[in-house]
Amino acid sequence: MGKSKRKIKEINSSSMADISFLLLIFFLVTTSMNVSTGLSRRLPPPLPPNVKPQDQDIKKRNIFVVKVNMMNQLMVQGQEMSVRQLKDKAKEFIQNEANDPNLPEKTTVNIDLLGNVEITKDHVISLQNDVDTQYQAYIEVQNELISAYNELRNEFAMQKFGKKYDELPEREQMAIQQVYPQKISEAEPKNYGGIKNGKN
Amino acid sequence: MAKIRKDEKREMPALSTSSLPDIIFMLLFFFMAVTTLKEVTFKVKISPPQATELQKIENKSLVRYVYIGKPTKEFARVYGTESRIQLSDAFADIKDLEEYVVDERSAMKEGDQGLLTISIKADKDTHMGIITDIKQALRRAYALKISYAAVKRTSY
Repeated sequence: MGKSKRKIKEINSSSMADISFLLLIFFLVTTSMNVSTGLSRRLPPPLPPNVKPQDQDIKKRNIFVVKVNMMNQLMVQGQEMSVRQLKDKAKEFIQNEANDPNLPEKTTVNIDLLGNVEITKDHVISLQNDVDTQYQAYIEVQNELISAYNELRNEFAMQKFGKKYDELPEREQMAIQQVYPQKISEAEPKNYGGIKNGKN
Repeated sequence: MAKIRKDEKREMPALSTSSLPDIIFMLLFFFMAVTTLKEVTFKVKISPPQATELQKIENKSLVRYVYIGKPTKEFARVYGTESRIQLSDAFADIKDLEEYVVDERSAMKEGDQGLLTISIKADKDTHMGIITDIKQALRRAYALKISYAAVKRTSY
């Protein structure tokens, strides 16, 4: 027998595409591209044991009380309110543009990059909720308060730097944070301490 | 000089599909890389609350989740229909939470330990009592960075 040149036939690879399509579709279906999103908050450090929470001396004009009851109704500064009005009310309180004697005190503070700015340094937003408050209602209130701060920061950033707060470099963001520090304080739950001074 | 060939039969060459698998593989690898397999099997039912001021949680390896909701049907008989806490794969009590956080933190790299974020994934109908308890437990465990998981609100 002579040398017969055996040519190996090319392997048909047309089904390769089908196989990989199958795999692709499997991963497409199982992929959950969900990015976790949420409202970021910071809890106050725990009270040292055996120390009773102290009643902080806060002037009445500096405090903005938001209460949510078991029926998810809102009481803001002693008057009933819907969640949609809360943001504007909070903004008005935090900013105190007209230097109203009923709204928080303004102090002049020297901030890096910005120079002397009049800010409501000592304001506190106190959020109190009932045991039976619905979580959704609580989140809505938190959301409105955070959005009040975000809007104020954005407005200020626009005015000073001509950009949105998120687009600013870190140093400028820090400066604006000093102008509008987030001060949302949550009540110590009644059965643990009694007095509300848990800052958040 | 250029010849003008008129008589030659012009045939469309067969389209080569040999690169198709490569392209598909590329897509495949992309999806394989971005796929995150489910974190846990949920034993509680959670429909997250809605909000607008959401922030993305950037680094997932620094996040631990606490799930709060009503037990799903198959567990309702054993665990009742009241809101329960789920930590990783099992039901847990409030007092387990502190231990869980401490354990999880010590399992992390030392440099990352301060960056631990607890994401509270709670059903929107949960009562605040249990959430407050969890917050207190987290404070005691010194896990102060938290995030209330929520989804984007589409309409008021």
